Amino acid sequence: MSGGDQTAAQAVPDPGVASRPRTGSVLTRLKHRLPLPRGLGQGMVSGIPLGWLLVFFLLPFGVVLKISLADTAIAMPPYTALLDWDGEAVATLQLNFGKYLFLLEDTLYLSAYAGSLKVAAVSTLFCLLIGYPMALFIARQPAERRPLWLALVILPFWTSLLLRVYAWIGLLQHNGVINNILINLGIIDQPLVMMQTDFAVYLGVVYTYLPFMVLPLYATLEKLDETLLEAAADLGSAPWKAFLTVTLPLSRPGMVAGSMLVFIPAVGEFVIPALMGGPDTLMIGRVLWDEFFNNRDWPMASAVAVVMMVVLVIPVMLLRNGQNKTAEHG
Amino acid sequence: MRRRSTSLKVLALTGFAFLYLPILTMVVLSFNESRLVTVWSGFSPKWYGELLHDDQILGAAMISLKIAFISASLAVVLGTLAGFALSRFPKFRGKVALTGMVSAPLVMPEVITGLALLLLFVAMESLLGWPKGRGVVTLIISHVTFCMAYVAVVVQSRLADMDGVIEEAALDLGARPWRVFVDITLPMIAPALVSGWLLSFTVSFDDLVISAFVSGPGYSTLPMVIFSKVRLGVSPEVNALATMMIVVVGIGVVLFTWNAARLHRMRQREERAAAAGL
Amino acid sequence: MTQASLAQAADPRKPWTDPVAEPFVRIEAVTKRFLDFTAVDAVSLDIYRSELFCLLGGSGSGKSTLLRMLAGFESPTSGRIIIDGQDMTDVPPYERPINMMFQSYALFPHMSVEQNVAYGLKQDGVPKAEIARRVAEMLDLVKMGQFVRRKPHQLSGGQRQRVALARSLVKRPKLLLLDEPLGALDKKLREETQFELMKIQQALGITFIVVTHDQEEAMTLSSRMGVMNHGRIVQVGEPHDLYEFPGNRFVAEFIGSVNLFEGTLVEDEPDHVRIDSPDAGCTLFVNHGISSAPAQMVEVAIRPEKIRLSRQHPDQTDNVASGVIDEIAYMGNLSVFQIRLKTGKMIRVTRPNLDRYDEMPLQPKEPVFCSWGSASGVVLSA
Repeated sequence: MSGGDQTAAQAVPDPGVASRPRTGSVLTRLKHRLPLPRGLGQGMVSGIPLGWLLVFFLLPFGVVLKISLADTAIAMPPYTALLDWDGEAVATLQLNFGKYLFLLEDTLYLSAYAGSLKVAAVSTLFCLLIGYPMALFIARQPAERRPLWLALVILPFWTSLLLRVYAWIGLLQHNGVINNILINLGIIDQPLVMMQTDFAVYLGVVYTYLPFMVLPLYATLEKLDETLLEAAADLGSAPWKAFLTVTLPLSRPGMVAGSMLVFIPAVGEFVIPALMGGPDTLMIGRVLWDEFFNNRDWPMASAVAVVMMVVLVIPVMLLRNGQNKTAEHG
Repeated sequence: MRRRSTSLKVLALTGFAFLYLPILTMVVLSFNESRLVTVWSGFSPKWYGELLHDDQILGAAMISLKIAFISASLAVVLGTLAGFALSRFPKFRGKVALTGMVSAPLVMPEVITGLALLLLFVAMESLLGWPKGRGVVTLIISHVTFCMAYVAVVVQSRLADMDGVIEEAALDLGARPWRVFVDITLPMIAPALVSGWLLSFTVSFDDLVISAFVSGPGYSTLPMVIFSKVRLGVSPEVNALATMMIVVVGIGVVLFTWNAARLHRMRQREERAAAAGL
Repeated sequence: MTQASLAQAADPRKPWTDPVAEPFVRIEAVTKRFLDFTAVDAVSLDIYRSELFCLLGGSGSGKSTLLRMLAGFESPTSGRIIIDGQDMTDVPPYERPINMMFQSYALFPHMSVEQNVAYGLKQDGVPKAEIARRVAEMLDLVKMGQFVRRKPHQLSGGQRQRVALARSLVKRPKLLLLDEPLGALDKKLREETQFELMKIQQALGITFIVVTHDQEEAMTLSSRMGVMNHGRIVQVGEPHDLYEFPGNRFVAEFIGSVNLFEGTLVEDEPDHVRIDSPDAGCTLFVNHGISSAPAQMVEVAIRPEKIRLSRQHPDQTDNVASGVIDEIAYMGNLSVFQIRLKTGKMIRVTRPNLDRYDEMPLQPKEPVFCSWGSASGVVLSA
């Protein structure tokens, strides 16, 4: 046989060569693994932000945990030390779980946690109901007009949260715009009490976080293949049915992402209940604030924060990570 | 199809009205003559004049601008490093930790972040003697910490969209890694850096809760001043301030959107021309 | 051509036929594993100076990973890569005397055509005047001289491809790697560009290694090609040899199309074999010997264009199968016949349309004899 045979033989790998251990040093090989900045350069690129976050993000939680186990003291800083140095070589560790016991005993805290969850959940639902048609509407616009509508959604987000909440106060308060109009029109003769109610808090949260719902929803809906709806219509599906069976299920990732973006910050919200809520609107962010600024009880504030982390934040973050992972693999 | 899109339009426009009605009311009321904010008594720009003479608000605005500028700039540097490391290094020590921490400030309730940072600063001061007291330094450190998360996320997603092959091409042509970063990566992620900076600036400028925890007595940012004013009741000056901020941001967003659309159209035209062999 | 590849005398244009020739690129037992997946499995390959070598394979065959290891973007799990006598295994990409043309072209979007091409020279600290001269020269070579100021998005696909080629050639690399260089072009442009690429390669004398999944492209371009499958090199050879003497079933089916008949070896002489094939319904006679045990099951591959069709029984006893025309596809230059043999097996036969009219054209449902010569079939090893 001709060249075919000869060259085929050449291609057969020599097993002896294949199994021979490599002579090049393992270290140089590892060093050259990455084509981008390596060694010192790479260490600095990843090390600087990592170091920053370790010191200014992770470490603080350690401090919070530590102080939540201390007792209140009239001093500055207003808490007792955990480690007592008695002048000799003996250090005593004093752990104080009193704050946590108090958290469980006083119903104020429990109902504040429950209240936060309720406000966040209900507001998320309303954001979804209001935001979905908006996102769908933008996604169905001609491509060149979408950026404009999107800008309209994003614009309030770039303005101050505080001022947006403030804008509602002008509308809702006792002698505010809404009451003035209704009285002038003769619809009511006594001003409605709208400020300092739970209603105002819900309104404020929904209003503030609506853009966070619309944007991820839009991102999913925009990618949705138009031909799927055409296929559904072609198969005899009425538009609303096509929406329920095609659009809605396929936009689930956007709904989940949007709900997370609304729910998580809403749980810890302080500004809205503080400005719009009444004295009986209990939300945990406000309780923490009051413990810290009004009662100057730093250990109590820390304990509230630790429980909030453990009960609300960490589960939601784990859930979100899980969602992201399934999104990547799915 | 037609009828349903009408009902969709009505629902959507109601949503937009909900977003803009309060803002528009506020803008209108800022020109109200009366001190009784919500009773219209005639057009007057006088509250804008008052605002420009309110030293407390102006001073706080200067502090906020300064802190937002410095924080956003530092956050862009740190966030870019983090975003680059996460999307371009296959693995390194602490990658899992960095992944987890870099976006965590985005979802952490602000009261917790604020409290935690303050307690850290107090502990650091008593142990290390630094930072002395609370003010600019503590504010900037705190703002950089949550702003870099925004930058890292924006940069990371931009790098993920961007083909790593282009950086490989530069390496292949003999550029060393740092050169590749400067010549190729940086110019290509420049739009992400700009939006990351703007986002950081806005978030920093707007922050109330964390700033309230970590700033010291006599050092108030603009949101802190507004908050205390609003707690005392609605003030026409705040209406004027809000209107000015909305106008500035609005013009910025409109210009940005318009410019992006223009560049996009231009590019599409050029691409079509190129494909047609011109 | 074929005589030379018989390795009787070393042809200076075919250094691989010379047993003492020094290979320019040596890939020694290179393996690349990603976690538990072996992308490249103990590949050894020698490539000679000024060759245009094609690595041909389907997606996931490991050809691109092998190319990336040559460029230095991946480092082998084991094995060595030696280029021009130097061990390059651990050398980072920016220190290798190798350039690459990327499948997506990877042009720098923020730089003009000129800046793109000049980038590599700048990294080497070449004086400005020389950069300008060499860039202009190279852009003229790829006929892009009038587009120097344009940005990549202002170019058509074909123009981008030329810029990418110029950029990878301007540093005069010892070795140029091309990853599906024509993959993004439409068919007509691709055919034109193939010949241009060959001309440029011959003019500059640079060794090319081209990765492609397109067997026609590989056949047209290459001096030699290597067929890859599952991370291994299955066969290496000149295009003619791979087509006419496929070493195994994978190569036979991957390059061109082929009819395969199973059968039992009944006669095994040094100069011929005879195979009894119930598959074909006749005995198969092949004029080359194989070394195997008698009565072994073998496969015989016959290319569709090597089968003759006739209404009368041809004057031979071996290599004749009778059947019925099932379908005829008229392709213009040739016609493709699907024929159902009496044994039930479907085979494919192509016939050039030599004349514009055929007095008595073959019709579907017509019975025909299929026959071929003793030099047409190839016995495949398992």
